[in-house]
Amino acid sequence: MLAWTIYISFLGALALMLPKVPARAARGIALLAAITGFAITVSAFLRPANGVMTTILHRSWVPSLGIEYYLAADGISLVLVLLTGIVAIAGVLFSWNIEQRSKEFFALYLALIGGVYGVFLSADLFLLFVFYEIAIIPKYFLIAIWGSTQREYAAMKLVLYSLVGSAMVLIVLIAAYVIAGAKTMNLLTLSQFRFPLHFQMWAFPLMFVGFGILAGLWPFHTWAPTGHVAAPTAASMLLAGVVMKLGAYGCLRVAMVLFPHGLDPWGFTVLGLASWRDLFSLLAVIGIVYGALVALVQQDFKFVVGYSSVSHMGFVLLGLMTLSRIGLTGAVLQMFSHGVLAALLFAVVGRMVYDRTHTRDLTALSRMHLSKALPFAAVTFVLAAIASIGMPGFSGFVAELQILIGAWSAFPIYVVGAGIGIVISVAYAWRAMQKAFFSDAGPESTTTPLARISMPERLGAAMLIIASLTVGLYPQLLLNLVIPALNSPLFDGLRKGHWQ
Amino acid sequence: MSTVSYTALLHLLLPEVIVIAAALVVLAADLLISRTAPTRVRFITAAIISAIGCIGAVTEIVRSPQQANVFNGTFVVSSETSLVQIALLILTVLVVILSIESSFTSHVGEYFAVTLFATTGMMLLVSSENILLIFLSLELLSLSLYVLAAFNKRSSHSAEAALKYFLFGGMSAAFLLFGLSLLYGLSNSTNLLQIAHAIKSPPLDPLLAVAIVMIVLGLGFKVAAVPFHFWAPDVYEGAPANSAALIASGAKVAGFVIFYQLMITAFAGAEGSADWKNFTPGWVPVVAIVAALSMVLGNLVAITQTSVRRLLAYSAIAHAGYTLLALVSHTEQSFVALLYYAITYALTLIGAFGVVSIVEEQVGGEKLSDFAGLSSRAPVLSICMLIFMLSLGGIPPLAGFFGKFFLFASTLSAGQHSPDLLWLVVLAIAMSTVSLYYYMQVLKRIYIVKPSSEADPIHVPIVSQLALCAIALSILLLGCAPNLFLVWLHQPILFWL
Repeated sequence: MLAWTIYISFLGALALMLPKVPARAARGIALLAAITGFAITVSAFLRPANGVMTTILHRSWVPSLGIEYYLAADGISLVLVLLTGIVAIAGVLFSWNIEQRSKEFFALYLALIGGVYGVFLSADLFLLFVFYEIAIIPKYFLIAIWGSTQREYAAMKLVLYSLVGSAMVLIVLIAAYVIAGAKTMNLLTLSQFRFPLHFQMWAFPLMFVGFGILAGLWPFHTWAPTGHVAAPTAASMLLAGVVMKLGAYGCLRVAMVLFPHGLDPWGFTVLGLASWRDLFSLLAVIGIVYGALVALVQQDFKFVVGYSSVSHMGFVLLGLMTLSRIGLTGAVLQMFSHGVLAALLFAVVGRMVYDRTHTRDLTALSRMHLSKALPFAAVTFVLAAIASIGMPGFSGFVAELQILIGAWSAFPIYVVGAGIGIVISVAYAWRAMQKAFFSDAGPESTTTPLARISMPERLGAAMLIIASLTVGLYPQLLLNLVIPALNSPLFDGLRKGHWQ
Repeated sequence: MSTVSYTALLHLLLPEVIVIAAALVVLAADLLISRTAPTRVRFITAAIISAIGCIGAVTEIVRSPQQANVFNGTFVVSSETSLVQIALLILTVLVVILSIESSFTSHVGEYFAVTLFATTGMMLLVSSENILLIFLSLELLSLSLYVLAAFNKRSSHSAEAALKYFLFGGMSAAFLLFGLSLLYGLSNSTNLLQIAHAIKSPPLDPLLAVAIVMIVLGLGFKVAAVPFHFWAPDVYEGAPANSAALIASGAKVAGFVIFYQLMITAFAGAEGSADWKNFTPGWVPVVAIVAALSMVLGNLVAITQTSVRRLLAYSAIAHAGYTLLALVSHTEQSFVALLYYAITYALTLIGAFGVVSIVEEQVGGEKLSDFAGLSSRAPVLSICMLIFMLSLGGIPPLAGFFGKFFLFASTLSAGQHSPDLLWLVVLAIAMSTVSLYYYMQVLKRIYIVKPSSEADPIHVPIVSQLALCAIALSILLLGCAPNLFLVWLHQPILFWL
């Protein structure tokens, strides 16, 4: 059943490519496809599930190479599929005003969504990689055709970074496939295979960085802010909300599960670092602090949100590197939380504010008295901002708290860095909020009243806020799925010797 | 020496005979109607007859599958050669169908007849184990292709391309012949298996080394691998689009197949090794170096091209590099990978050349800028080109991706212990990432850049449109269900009956 999330999205994309379909119907079809996908996910959620890997579909695909068409979901995939469903609907609602080439827009949008669902549901690595690559190309067109600021540059940069990342992943995938006997690409089988230590030592970092590029791993994050800023609203929502999670998901699900011993100590120390684990957690903390600091000084409203994404994704990567159950749980929750909140922030900045004021310059915005002109936008932004800086009650708090607890036992010094990052995040959120909405600088210059916030926007915003609040108030909803998934045999390799 | 009755031989050669007969019929038919009928009608008639001839040959191969080896390997028919021949014939049919709407020459009959002669050359080339016949069919193929490249008499580019092709080709044929004669001198035989038997010697004979280099040079020219690639950009740019498509597709497939057969059969025992830090002399390291150079140079130079045809030419050089990986690894699986890759690549390239030739005729050029805004002017054509470019770049779920995966996986599997050829695979994957940049440049023109001036819809001939859609769909299908093709390769042809 869950497999239909993928098919519905691709079918929707195909339907939109038919010449007979009128352009007016495009957004309706897209919304229908997104809602159907979401409904399927919710129905999967309602079923009593224990979070362990459940097969959805298992067919032989290329028998001579041992490649299978194998879809399966465990608690972690379910959480991310749910996130994808939510963000997909919200994205359509926030691009309700797309007029130019709208059929192509929504076709590419749905193709991207389909690829993302596919990655989260694949249990065969070949299949996973296929979906991973399918998700790359639509991003280019979405940004380069419908984007703003330096869109062609940003689109090409994003695609090249993604492709370099996936090339690194592909090298390791093929090598791992061959070393394991070239008989199977099944994730569950390969995770039981004991790869030679010297192979794991180079394969793990190569693959982790390959996926990490998409997750905004510092210093390979530079595609993210430019890409997010140039992208049209729905695309930035998807990019920050879902696509960056593809990277983090790949790090956890593929790199760490296949090569747990890649995290072992090298046996020597360079600059105080003794393993890839130390190095990547350092990079994660640098990402947290660096992203937050850069966000603090941006003039462009969207860049503030773009860099904050880098900072928040740093928490995910730090959570992964704790290698403790609580840290990994926190990382998965943070993926969900950041997905929802980044989508909401980009929706406010890109759709509610920029589409109406046609500027994202914070100084210019500060003269517009937006809290009076667009009260709904102001309230939404305030909620999103306090949620993302970790206010208890929202999803961000549960997630970051768990990551910090996990990190505390693993590497206390980095927790200090992460804490500084949180403090700075309060500062940049406050600064952006104050400048964009609550400034009383300059005279009232509302010559033309701004268009009211439309119903689709209100619905989309409400949906995302509710999602964040629900998880914040009742995290058990997701924890019940994530914790059994982390206890499953898939993570045996990681658990042995590393788990704390 | 076995004696074979000539009727039996004729029966074995029936597919080739059908193609030759079709060529003669085309000539005669065109002669009959050339005075009265307009060029368009002549093109359609000739194309239909040629297509029927090729399809007839395919039917004959499928209908009566045979196994034979006559005159000591001079002519070999097996399920493998039949398969390659079918692929070659299908590629020719596609090229012929896409030529229906052209009008670049008034020598219609000759054009199609020479195309069919070239096809016959390819068919014979892949079904022989005798160096003499290999050379003869290679020359039949090459001479036909020189003529095809020059066929647009109104264009000086075409003449230049053909001259360049001819001069380089003649030279490389001389090298190849020299290499083959050395082989004969070393082994006293023209049969590949007997040659291998005679020269089996771990310390590499200096004469054998010369022969290896000469033969790699001669065949490297055929498949446009660096450093024997200089003709490719000019020919791809100057030759009529359909000739270029044939040169880049069928001739390439035949070239790769014979390259593979010749190297692994004749030089069995003189492989050497191209493993990292463990080079030992033989033909494998030579091919490995040629492959690595082709991948790097082809991809890097393609980035700077502004002409789509030249871009395709340099990308073809790069693809020759990837395909040669199959020779470096030379396992049974890598031959399957080579066939899959070369055939799907040829299919894609025919499609790409089809699009280029339509754009050339309707827009007036084949520079990148001529593709600007194509998506609004010819949406179906654009989607086809999207599929071709992404498949060439290796994006799933298209055939190009699976082909690369299969090729690289089989290359890595080849080593005795853990991945010895990893350096080549890493290079190949890195370079194919580079290649996506320039394929995206084409797509960027088509989908993102606005057309410069008038943006009327482009008239796309219906036959070409259908053929291009069929090619695009088959690339998608072969990519999504590669098993269709692999099963076909593994099973005897009877599988389909």
